Order: sequence, then C-alpha cells, then structure tokens
Amino acid sequence: MDLSTTYLGLKLKNPIVPSASPLSRHVDTIRRLEDAGAAAVVMYSLFEEQQHLESLQLDHYLEYQTEAFAEALTWVPTEPQYKLGSEEYLEHIRRAKEAVQIPIIGSLNGISCGGWTRYAAEMQQAGADAIELNPYYVATQIKDTAQEAEERVLAITREVKGRVSIPVAVKIGPYWSAMGHMASRLVEAGANGLVLFNRFYQPDLDLEALEVVPHLTLSTSEEMRLPLRWVAILYGRVPADLAITTGVHTYQDVLKGLMAGARVTQMASELLQNGIGRIREILVGLSTWMAEREYASVVEMQGSMSQQNVADPAAFERANYMKVLHSWRPDPAGQLFRAMLP
Amino acid sequence: MASVRQPVTIDGNEAAAYVAHKTNEVIAIYPITPSSPMGEHADEWSVRGVKNLWGTVPLVIEMQSEGGAAGAVHGALQAGSLTTTFTASQGLLLMMPNMFKIAGELTPTVFHIAARTVATHALSIFGDHSDVMAVRATGWAMLFSNSVQEVMDQALIAQAATLQARVPFMHIFDGFRTSHEVMKIERLSDDDIRSLIDDRLVHELRRRALSPDHPFIRGTAQNPDVFFQEREAANPYYDAVPGIVQEVMDRFAARVGRSYHLFDYVGAPDADRVVVVMGSGAETTEQMADYLNAHGEKVGVLKVRLFRPFSVPHFLRALPPTVRAIAVLDRVKEPGAVGEPLYVDVCAALGSAQRDNPALAEHPPVIVGGRYGISSKEYNPAMAKAVFDNLMEGRRKNNFTVGIEDDVTHTSLDYDHYLDIEPPDVTRAVFWGFGSDGTVSANKNTIKIIGEETPDYAQGYFVYDSKKAGAHTVSHLRFGPRPIHSPYLIQHAGFIGVHQFGFLERFPILDSAADGATLLLNSPYDPERTWDEIPRPVQEAIIAKKLKVYGVNAYAVAQQTGMGNKINTIMQTCFFAISGILPREEAIARIKESIVKTYGKRGEAVVQKNYNAVDASLSGLYEIPVPAQATSTVEPRSKAEAGVPEFVRKVTIPMMEGRGDELPVSAMPVDGTWASGTTRYEKRNIALEVPVWAPEVCIQCGRCSLYCPHAVVRAKVVDEQDWERLLAAQGRGLPAGNAPVEERRLGGNVLATVGEGHLPASVIPPAEGVACTLPGAQPPARMEERPSLGAHLPPTEELRRPAGLAPSLQWLPARWREPELSGKRFTIAVSVEDCTGCGVCVEVCPAKDKRAVGRKALNMEPVLPIREQAVANWAFFKRLPRVTPNAAFRYDTTKNVQLLQPLFEFHSACAGCGETPYLRLLSQLVGDRLYIANATGCSSIYSSNLPGMAYAYNHEGRGPAWSNSLFEDNAEFGLGFRLTLDKQTQFARELVERLRPRLGGELADGLLHADQESHDGIEAQRRRVAELRRRLEGARDPDALNLLSIAGFLVRKSVWAVGGDGWAYDIGYGGLDHVLATGLNVHMLVLDSEVYSNTGGQASKSTDLGAVAKFAVGGKRTPKKDLGMMAMSYGYVYVAQVAMGASDSQTIRAFQEAESYPGPSLIIAYSTCIAQGFNMTFSAAQEKRAVDSGHFILYRYDPRLRAQGRNPLQLDSKAPSIPLREYYYSENRYRMLAQSDPDQAERLLAEAQEHVRERWQLYDYLAHRPVAEAQPELERA
Repeated sequence: MDLSTTYLGLKLKNPIVPSASPLSRHVDTIRRLEDAGAAAVVMYSLFEEQQHLESLQLDHYLEYQTEAFAEALTWVPTEPQYKLGSEEYLEHIRRAKEAVQIPIIGSLNGISCGGWTRYAAEMQQAGADAIELNPYYVATQIKDTAQEAEERVLAITREVKGRVSIPVAVKIGPYWSAMGHMASRLVEAGANGLVLFNRFYQPDLDLEALEVVPHLTLSTSEEMRLPLRWVAILYGRVPADLAITTGVHTYQDVLKGLMAGARVTQMASELLQNGIGRIREILVGLSTWMAEREYASVVEMQGSMSQQNVADPAAFERANYMKVLHSWRPDPAGQLFRAMLP
Repeated sequence: MASVRQPVTIDGNEAAAYVAHKTNEVIAIYPITPSSPMGEHADEWSVRGVKNLWGTVPLVIEMQSEGGAAGAVHGALQAGSLTTTFTASQGLLLMMPNMFKIAGELTPTVFHIAARTVATHALSIFGDHSDVMAVRATGWAMLFSNSVQEVMDQALIAQAATLQARVPFMHIFDGFRTSHEVMKIERLSDDDIRSLIDDRLVHELRRRALSPDHPFIRGTAQNPDVFFQEREAANPYYDAVPGIVQEVMDRFAARVGRSYHLFDYVGAPDADRVVVVMGSGAETTEQMADYLNAHGEKVGVLKVRLFRPFSVPHFLRALPPTVRAIAVLDRVKEPGAVGEPLYVDVCAALGSAQRDNPALAEHPPVIVGGRYGISSKEYNPAMAKAVFDNLMEGRRKNNFTVGIEDDVTHTSLDYDHYLDIEPPDVTRAVFWGFGSDGTVSANKNTIKIIGEETPDYAQGYFVYDSKKAGAHTVSHLRFGPRPIHSPYLIQHAGFIGVHQFGFLERFPILDSAADGATLLLNSPYDPERTWDEIPRPVQEAIIAKKLKVYGVNAYAVAQQTGMGNKINTIMQTCFFAISGILPREEAIARIKESIVKTYGKRGEAVVQKNYNAVDASLSGLYEIPVPAQATSTVEPRSKAEAGVPEFVRKVTIPMMEGRGDELPVSAMPVDGTWASGTTRYEKRNIALEVPVWAPEVCIQCGRCSLYCPHAVVRAKVVDEQDWERLLAAQGRGLPAGNAPVEERRLGGNVLATVGEGHLPASVIPPAEGVACTLPGAQPPARMEERPSLGAHLPPTEELRRPAGLAPSLQWLPARWREPELSGKRFTIAVSVEDCTGCGVCVEVCPAKDKRAVGRKALNMEPVLPIREQAVANWAFFKRLPRVTPNAAFRYDTTKNVQLLQPLFEFHSACAGCGETPYLRLLSQLVGDRLYIANATGCSSIYSSNLPGMAYAYNHEGRGPAWSNSLFEDNAEFGLGFRLTLDKQTQFARELVERLRPRLGGELADGLLHADQESHDGIEAQRRRVAELRRRLEGARDPDALNLLSIAGFLVRKSVWAVGGDGWAYDIGYGGLDHVLATGLNVHMLVLDSEVYSNTGGQASKSTDLGAVAKFAVGGKRTPKKDLGMMAMSYGYVYVAQVAMGASDSQTIRAFQEAESYPGPSLIIAYSTCIAQGFNMTFSAAQEKRAVDSGHFILYRYDPRLRAQGRNPLQLDSKAPSIPLREYYYSENRYRMLAQSDPDQAERLLAEAQEHVRERWQLYDYLAHRPVAEAQPELERA
C-alpha cells in the first residue's frame, strides 16, 4: 500500500505532518516524531514581533539607566555577540536537518514587509526544505478595508517568495470575504501551497480579576469541518498544494482531509494531548482502513470528495445550510437547549 | 622593531586595565567607585578568552571585600603568580595591612589606584589623593599618571620596574578625572609591552615563591632582637628604585618615543617661580605655565611622577637653579600637619640639599604649600594662575587653598573666574542631558567618530548627577589638531546642547557659553513658540553673548521613529549638522557606521530605528531667529520662596540649583551634620505622567501608598469639620504660612520645624513648635552670622505655596469604610512634584471602575495640565490634621498602615525602586523612635546624598536618627547604637531611682515599669519623660543634670542596621553574623536585590544560579547563599524573608514581629532593581513571580513560638506553582545568558529548578517537623 504523497514538491512517505507547535522545539522530539512516522515536520514559528521585541528589549535593558549615575555607568556586562531568537531558530533548523531524514519546513509568522523576511532566506540557507508563511493578521483598525487586509498578506507573500527558491506555503485564516478569490490571488502571488486554517487563539475574560486573558484550548475533530469544506471547494480550482490543519485527530480525520483534496494533514493538538505515538496508531488505522476498502494509494483518494468530484456540489454551499436547518427537530426534553445556556 | 600602535579612544580605567590584564596571571578584585570598571574590563576580557603576554588567560576572581582581595593577591603572589588588583579610597585602606606585608616581603606587584577621597565628615565618591597618601607609609613605590596616555604608559613602566626592583608599586591616577576621562590615545602594542617586561625577572618571582618542593618560611614572628635590623635590611632595594624606574622610563622612551622622568620639569629654563604638583592637575598647571611664559613671565612646573621613594637628587636636578619661590600643591588635606605630604617632602628635600649646598643655603627658595582639587573640586588654569601669582614677591601665602572661598580661616586664593587660555582651534562643546536619555553614550560615540575616524584628537569628560532617578549629565567634549591636555571642565564652549528644555530654568547653562557660540535646544514647542518659552534671563544671555540658536523637537522625532525617550542619536545628528566639525554628509555616514558598530549585535530592529532617527532628525532642525530684545515672560522657578528655612534657602537650595561650588566655607557645618528632611524642598518635577486619584473607584486598601517607592502617594483619615474649616479659611484668603513657630535654640544651629497636619492659627489653636537640636559643642562666635539651620521655618514646607487654589472637586474625600474611625473621611493625595512617574501605584491598585475596567482608583495622567491643581491639593492635604485613632486601632494591615506618616520621602532612588517601600514602611511603623545604621550602598546614597536628605520628621519633630559608617562595618555600627541605648537606659533608670523622692513615687514607678509594647504605651512614656523634665527643670545637682541629658533613653527605641546584599552577604557578613550571635536587640534589614546595585551590577553571593552579572558574565555557577538559614541556625534569632509584592500583609507582620522581638532579628527583603532587567512598573508582580516560582520563599522564624509549643518556622508562601523558567526569563539578567549561551542557560536553569525543588522540600520539612524536635532556645549571653 502506498501512503506516500507529494506536498510543495516534496516527496513524503505519508500524509501526516506535525504542524507548527512546541513539539518541534527540541531536536530529540523531532527525532521521535520521525520515528513515530511523521512524514515531515513544520517547525514552531519564528515570529516577526518576537524578533523585533527581543532586539528592542535587549537594547532597552542594555541601555536602561546607563551613563546616568556616576557609580554605575553600566549595569550588565556586554557580550561580543548575542544570539537573538532568529539565530537560535536557524541553528535549530540546522541541527534538526542533521538529525532526521524527513523534510523540515520552516515557519515564519509575521505581518509586515521589510527586513525581517530575510529570515526566510536564512531558513533556506539553514537547510529548510520549504517555508510555511503565517501572515496572521487581525484587522483591528476600523479604518482598514478588506482590500488593504488582503493586500498586506499578498505583499508579504510576494516578498518572501522573492527571497527564497524553496517552496512556500501560506497558512491563512478562514475570515476572508471571498476565500476562493483570496486563495487564487495568493497562488498568483507565488504561494506553492495553502494551509487551511490558522486556528486563532481567542482571548477570554476573567470575571474574577476583570481582565482579558489569553486562552489556549486544544482543537477537536469537530473543528476540522471548516477547513474540510474549503479544501473541498478549492481542490482543483487553485493550482496549489492544499494542507489541512486544525482538528485532525484520528485516521478518519486524515481520510476526510485527503478525500476533500488535501495533500497532507497537519496535526498538533492530538500529539500534544495523547503523545507522539499517536502518529503510528493513525498510520495503522489509515492503512487498515485503506486495505479493507482496497485503496492502493493515498493519491488515489486525494480530492475524491472535493466539491467538483461529489455528486452534490451544493452540499458545500449555502444550500447545505438550508439542509442542516431543516434536519433539526425540537428537542422534546429541552436538554440541548438547556445545555446551550451559559 | 617597529610596531603598529592603534589609536584608541578610551578612559583611564580601561587604559590601566589593558596593561594590567596583559601583564598579570591572577587578578583578585572587589568593586569600588571609581575603580570598578578596571576589574570589570579585566573580567570581561578573561571571560572572552583574551590572553596575556604569555599566551594564557588571566584568572579573575571577585572577592567579598577589598580586605579579601588584598589577602588573595598576597597569597597568589607568595605562591608565584603575577598578580594585581584595582581599588580606591576605603578599599585601599582595607588593603593596607596586606600592603605592609607585601612590601615587607619585597614582592613585586602593581596595584592600580583610581585615587578617591577617603570618607571623613561625609562619604565622597570623587577624586583626590587622600587614599593613597593614607597608605604612603606601607613601603610601596607610588607612581603618578597625569593623563589617560600616561596611565597606559606608566602602568607598564610600573610593572617593569616592580619586577626589577622587587618593591611593590601603587600606580595612581586621579579618580573621576583621569579614570573617567575619554581620550584619544595610542595603545601600546604587545611588542611594546614585551620589550619592557623581562621574563627572567618573572622567573625570579616564581623562584622566590613558596613551594613544598623547596620549602622555606616567610612571615615569621620576630622579637626585639632582629626585627629592627631586618626592617633596615631592605634599604638597598628602596635606594635602587628611583634609578630602576628612570632606567625603565628611558627604555620606554627609546622604544615608544614618549619620555618620562621621575620629576618632569616643564617651563622656562630660568624660571623664578615653580609649582610642584602631581596628578592630572599637573597638566592644567603646565598649560598655564606655557601661557604665562608666552606672556613674558618665567615660570615652570615640576611634575612629580615617582613620589615614593622620593629621590632628592633627582628632584634637585629637575628644579631650575633660578627658582626663587616654589608652590607645592597637594590634593589631600592632612588636618593638623605642618603641611601636606608633598609639601613636607619638598621642604625636607630642599632642607637636606641646603646642608650640602652652601649656595642654595644662602639663597634658599621660598616654599609654600597649598591644597586644591579635594574631592574632585575643579582645578582649572585660572586657579593655576592664582597659584603662580601667589609666588610673587609680597604675597606667598602658605597653607593656602585654591578653588574655594574660605571665609573662615582665609586660606583661599582669589582667581579670575572668566580667564580663558585655551587655543581657538580646539572645538569645545558642552551637552546637558537628562539621565538615561543617551546623551553621554552619544557623546562617547562622537568622540570615537572624531578620534578614530579623523586625524583630530578628542577628549570627553562627563559630570554625572548623584540622583538615580531623573538625573542630569553634563558632557564636556574637546576636539583639536593636537593632543589635548586640559583635564578640567569647559568654561568657554563654542557649542552648547540642551537636551531637556526644562534645564534652562534649573541650571546656569549659558554660563559656559562663549560669545558667538551655537546653542541647540531640544524643544517640545513649535518653532514659532520656542523662543517665547525660553526663560527671560536665558534670552538675555543669548542676546548678550550673540548666540546662534537652533531647535529640534527631539522627543517628537524619537517617538515617530520608535526611539522612545532616547534622543541621543537625534541630538548627535543635529550637533554634527550645525557644528560643522565634519561635512554633513560624511558625518551622517559616520554616525550610521557607528550605529552598526554599537547596536548591530543587538539586532536589526535596533539598527533600523536608529537609522530612522538619523534620517528624521534634520528635517526637524530649525534655526531660531534671535531678536534684539528679550521678550519672554517666563521667569525661572525659584525654590527659594518666602518661608523656606534660612539654611535651606542659603545653602541647600543653591546646591539643588547646581551652585554649590559658589558656597563659601562659612556656609558649611563643621562636623558633617546636616538637616533631615530636605528632599521635600527639591521638587524636581521629573515625572511626565503622575497618578491621579479616583475616589469613587477607590476601595481604600492602602496598596498604592504602601508600594509607592518614593512616598509621594499619601493617605489620611480626616475629620470632616477640619476639612471644611480649612477650606473656608483658604476661601477667606488667609495667608498660608501664618502658623506661629516657637523656635527653641540650644547651642548653635537649630533644626526646627513643625510638621504636617496643623491648621493655621486662625483656624485652630497653634501647633506647638518643636526643635530638633544639632548636637555638638558651641560653635565659634563667628558662626552666629551663618544662616541657621531651620530658622524662621514655616509650619510646613508646602505652605510656602500660594493658598489660592482650592482642592479640586474631584479630590473631595470619600467616606472611610471601616468601622474603626467610622464617620471620618478618607483621602489620598499625590505629591506630583516629587513623583518619578514609575506607575507602581497604578499597577498594584486592585480597584477597577465597573464601567470601564481599565480605569483604576489611580490612573496615570500627563502632569502639565494638572500640576498646579495637584500642588494645591497636596498643600491642602499636608495641612489637614490626621485623626488620632484610639488605642484599639492596630497598624497591622495595609489598610491601616497607610494612615501612618512616612518619615522617609522623595529620595533619589531609581523610579520604581523595590528597596525603598520597605524603608518607608519601617519609617511609618517606628520612624519616630528609630535608629538606622546604613551600610554604604544604594540605600545610603539615595537617602543621604546631598543636598537632599530623605529621612524626615513628623509634626513633633521626631524622625529616624540616621547615619552611615562604612560598607563593611554596618552591623557593628548598629550594635554600637544599641550598646549606648542599653547603657544609657540603664543609667537613666538608676538615676530615676536615685531621684525618686524628687520625681515622686508614682512617676518614678511609671517610668521604670512602663509597658512600651504598644504605640500608646510609648506615647504614655513620652508624656512621663516630659513630666520628668518639668519636675527637674532648673535643677543643678549632677544627678538631675545627668538625668535631664539622658531621659530620652527611657523611651524604647528601635535599632536597625540596613543595607544591601553586598553588605549582608559579602563584605559585612562577618559583622552581621557576630551581631546576630550577641543576642542583643539589633534588627537587620537586608534589601536583597541579589546584585551590587550601587556600583553597577556586580555579582554578590546573593546572586542566583544562571544570573548574568559583572563577574558572572557566563551566568553565576553557584546558587544564592541561604543567609536566612544560616541565621536560623542560631535558634535565637528572629528571621524572616519577605517580598512585599507577593504578600504585603506578611511583610508588615514580619516587620512588627522583628521589631517586637527582644533579641536580634534579620529580615531579608526581596528587592526589585533595575539591574535585574525588567519593567520596574511591574515590581510587585515580579516579586510575586519570584515567590510563586519558589526562587524566594516567604517565611518567618520566631523563636518565641517555641514557648507556645509551636514550630518557630512558619512558611508564608506556597509550594512553587509556576516553573522557574517563567520567573527567570522575565528578567534580563537570566534572559541574557539564553541570548549569549543558550545551552549553558538551559543547563543552569535545570540546575536552578532542581535547587528550588530541594530547597522547598527542606523548608517544608523544617516547618512541619514535630515541635519537640525543635532546638531548645540557647542561653543568652
């Protein structure tokens, strides 16, 4: 049985790729991911803001209150060189490449054009096989238009593409007015692949402290349906490799992703929650399922349930909404309703 | 062999350290200003693997004290290593015992000394020769360097000479002049150094070293039979030193080209007047000699380089035979001596010469001696001229002083304050910067650009403030085509940069502007408005001096370009643009190159923001047309308003305004005694944003005032009627300062005031005047003319302000929420003029506005729109009487403690300082009966650095009795307080018994058996003592007079020794340990910032694993010493660890328990510090993080609990709840290691995490072990 797939021009032994997460922070863990069967690893993200912040913060504390008080003209010894986040990250890619055979995909997270995108080139020099660009942008400025928001992401995609010769996938969020058009423009801008979707962490409110607090929850399989829909819609319509991320927990999720049209399925929550060994189990489940149903290869099923290949394309459109509504019946015991109350 | 010598622009400290590091194998040091950078350089170079002349990296170790460093040096030398150290002042004195030994054993070494004033009536970090002169009897050779180039050269000459001579050398240069003066000099090459150092002599040193392979004994005990002879046996070695030094100097000259002599004479060969001087003052004197000779006079300067051994023949040979009068300048005062050391030596030298030289004996020159430059007092060419002029016939004042006005014993020479002799082709620029706005860094950068990128020579000298928050700096820069020999401040600058507009009001900035100079102002105003905002006297000076004026809104440019408040790059660019020192385009290119050099390693974002700032600067630069007449209506704000005490007005305020140099000797106290509570007059107005109270949101918890590091946030519970009456009185326009003051004088000066909380006389009955008297003998009659300390004091300092403004409506008091004092009003006021804007109060405020949770009960607001109103509110607040609670009211919660008046206020610590809230709390709890022994360090400097004294007094005139002895003896100093208290209390009690018939049995019994455990009990005892005084009034018998003089001791006092971790963990640990062991009632408060804060971030034994500090560059490899555990081991010491941010209630409880404990106590207070590297606004949260991570455990160990059958150790914090990583990497000191050596950082973090776990387990076990296992309390001595 052939589980192999191609993604961003990379030949992968199977469609399971750990997504950007703390799992890639240590070379040992990356080695364990490979041993468990991961086909490639997306590194944790190098954040634009982190680079800026580290640099500015270091500068601030090296300078703060210096040359002001006669007895303490400086406060800390100076180093001939500092390894800011990027150097550590690049060194990490180098070490990871040395440690494993599978492709290593560097992850770059930022939202402005400018000097920092050189890290893409440096990732390539460090040995990254591809770049996953994550232009995570929340348009909080009320005057910002949708067009400006799109342009911002497109511009940075173009800039990163201009800096590297390795493939670039763009990881995007679902909140575009016209996802299909945006997807095609990203491809025009140079994206070799699209990763659907970035799962934004949403802040929460702490009622005791009356504070806004960051809130991190792991995904569930339920959350996969949004990217599933869009992979199915985009498959065959945009000339780019599609990847599903968010909500991939089981071999069934992997199968669904592939059938919708994904070249690979990325997972993190499942591995964080239940261990790296889950990759092996999922691969066994995948193989077993394919054997039982006599699928010879993964490629065979890729896109088989995309919008253009299913009997009822409207199932992915507004008509599906009507269908869901009509399928709902009042809950006589009122349990569902009560459960929805806060 | 030719060698390439690199031009470098460095200071004297770096020059000395460079040679020392090249020529030594072991370096043992201890930080002390101004020599600390030498050790830091050496340490950094060794950490980076920089090798010495022999290709090995010198071993550098930080010791626990200078005594320890000297011991280590002595040992390392005896064992056969080339060894050195660096020190100054008291540090050198601590080395003195070992120095005798090292010299006695004829051991070659060089100590590099940045000569600094020894503390006498006061500490001074500045420079003179009192330290080196104090150790001149140790048998060390003393070689003086007068400039930065000489420091590098003579460091090598000293090293080469000591190896040959075997006599140890002090290589001396002027602290806070040469040590900190940045100059373009020529760096000696390795080949140069190699050519002077003879390896055979190094081998000889090793051969003479102790070794079990060829054993011998050194350091014997000797008896009268041989000691004397052996002392004389070394004479030939001393006799040989001058010849050896000169021979080395000659070899140096042959190799390098710079020629030195033991005594270098410069000037007219046929001079009739000669000044003998050593140190940087020689340069200045030489400059004046050249000037005078060019104007037809015949004068000369004899620069003494080798002071010890003093070579009379060399001296005489150097002196021109034509000399008729000699002035000897000493940079030291030796009270009671015939003359200062150099003067005495010169007299002796000439005296002995006269015996051998009849011609000389027939016409001996007149010799006069004088003092100059004490504690870095300025010594400039005009003063040098006065010294030459004093040698003219008919003058020749002996034992003179120059640079001050001595109107008491009339020693001083007059001089022309406006004399300018500097050549016109030397560019002179003065820059006034604001603390950490980067001005000095930029100027150092500019010097490097000029010095290293052009053929010109450059010099920079920087005058720093003694304040830590809101400090100002003055940079003096010279550039010119020839080497610069002007070690004095610029008086006639062609360029003046004012980087903070407000300085125009505060300082006499244009005094140093030459006619036609260029003035560059950082102006927050529009170009059109800037001229009008310049104070009128400044405008007048601009017009009179025909200055060209430019403006730039540097803060706006900084904000736009992401520079925050750093305006250095902007002002530097503007300076280059208008000074014309380099072509504009070239200058900008050079600045950008230097930006990459300086900031490149910090990351691209930093380089980019600086680039942006350079590019944006010039577009904001504009010229300000100067009209023919001054037009401004802005008059400088004077602190010296009506009603300020005379002493403060005539002495303190001029010092605050930067005019302390103008004060005559007669203005000074004679014995180092100064008035308390003078920070309140400074009103520095350094905060841009200040907290504003929102009463409707406030829950009256007290956290804001408890945490406020500067005691500017105050709370009061007041009577509504008082409020209304005061308001009505103000409405009637009653003058503010009309409360009568009863002024009592005793002896000479009077420190008198009545404090806050007293309504003017027309509103309520007048307050009782209080006098705090200055101790000491009757002053000379002449002193009666002096302004007395505190004469004509107003009721409060705030009352000098106009009472016109009523408190704002928003500031009306809220109803006090607690049942105690029910029905009263609660109010909070902020002294915005003393606030540093740190924002700690807002961060700790737990109250949130229900309608907008981002708004709290205190919110930061821009100060300018609200300042006048806030000042009126503060004045009103200070006049409101506090409600006196009844005996049941306990000051054991934050809510209640906030109502106590702080007697520690407006100090000069850094904004957000984590130490000072503990001191303020202490002053609130026991300030009116508190003795503080303060170890030298941050806490002594921010409390007592003149002109502001932060320890204050209450309305009864009571407040902390504060003093600083030394760094190393503070616990013992505090113990001394206790010994006197115990002795005098005992004596007073004996006298009460003796005088029982006169006092009456009831009063005597009351005095002797008073319960003074509570505040009320102490008040009751004070009343009894007052009654005692009344009953003994007029008595003349010895017992009564004795009792009257010590009756105050009958009231219980509290003795605290306060200091930082440098004191408690390191240099003062032995004493601290001993005082704890005595069992006597002395309390120790350790303000534990885990680093030497005051001297700039050196590691202490409190520094934890993995923290980067100076002398722990690669991260400290050993864990923090557990001082508390060591103290607990005595079993009878009260010990607590507190961190206010983690638990304010535990902190208050610990202070109260420690204070009430009848034996010794130790409180280790976790103190945030800027050296730790985080945003100090979040000090409290950071302290909590330290505790939550287990880095710092909160506990109280109270031996009294044993009597109750309880475990004396109570843990007050929970098991670690967050990973140590979360705490560590929120601070730069730990994060830095992750950025320089990530693998090492991870290893040390893992080790530290394990240590945290183990320590918690141990404490948890100890706190929960069965009490039966607890040690029985030890018998007290």
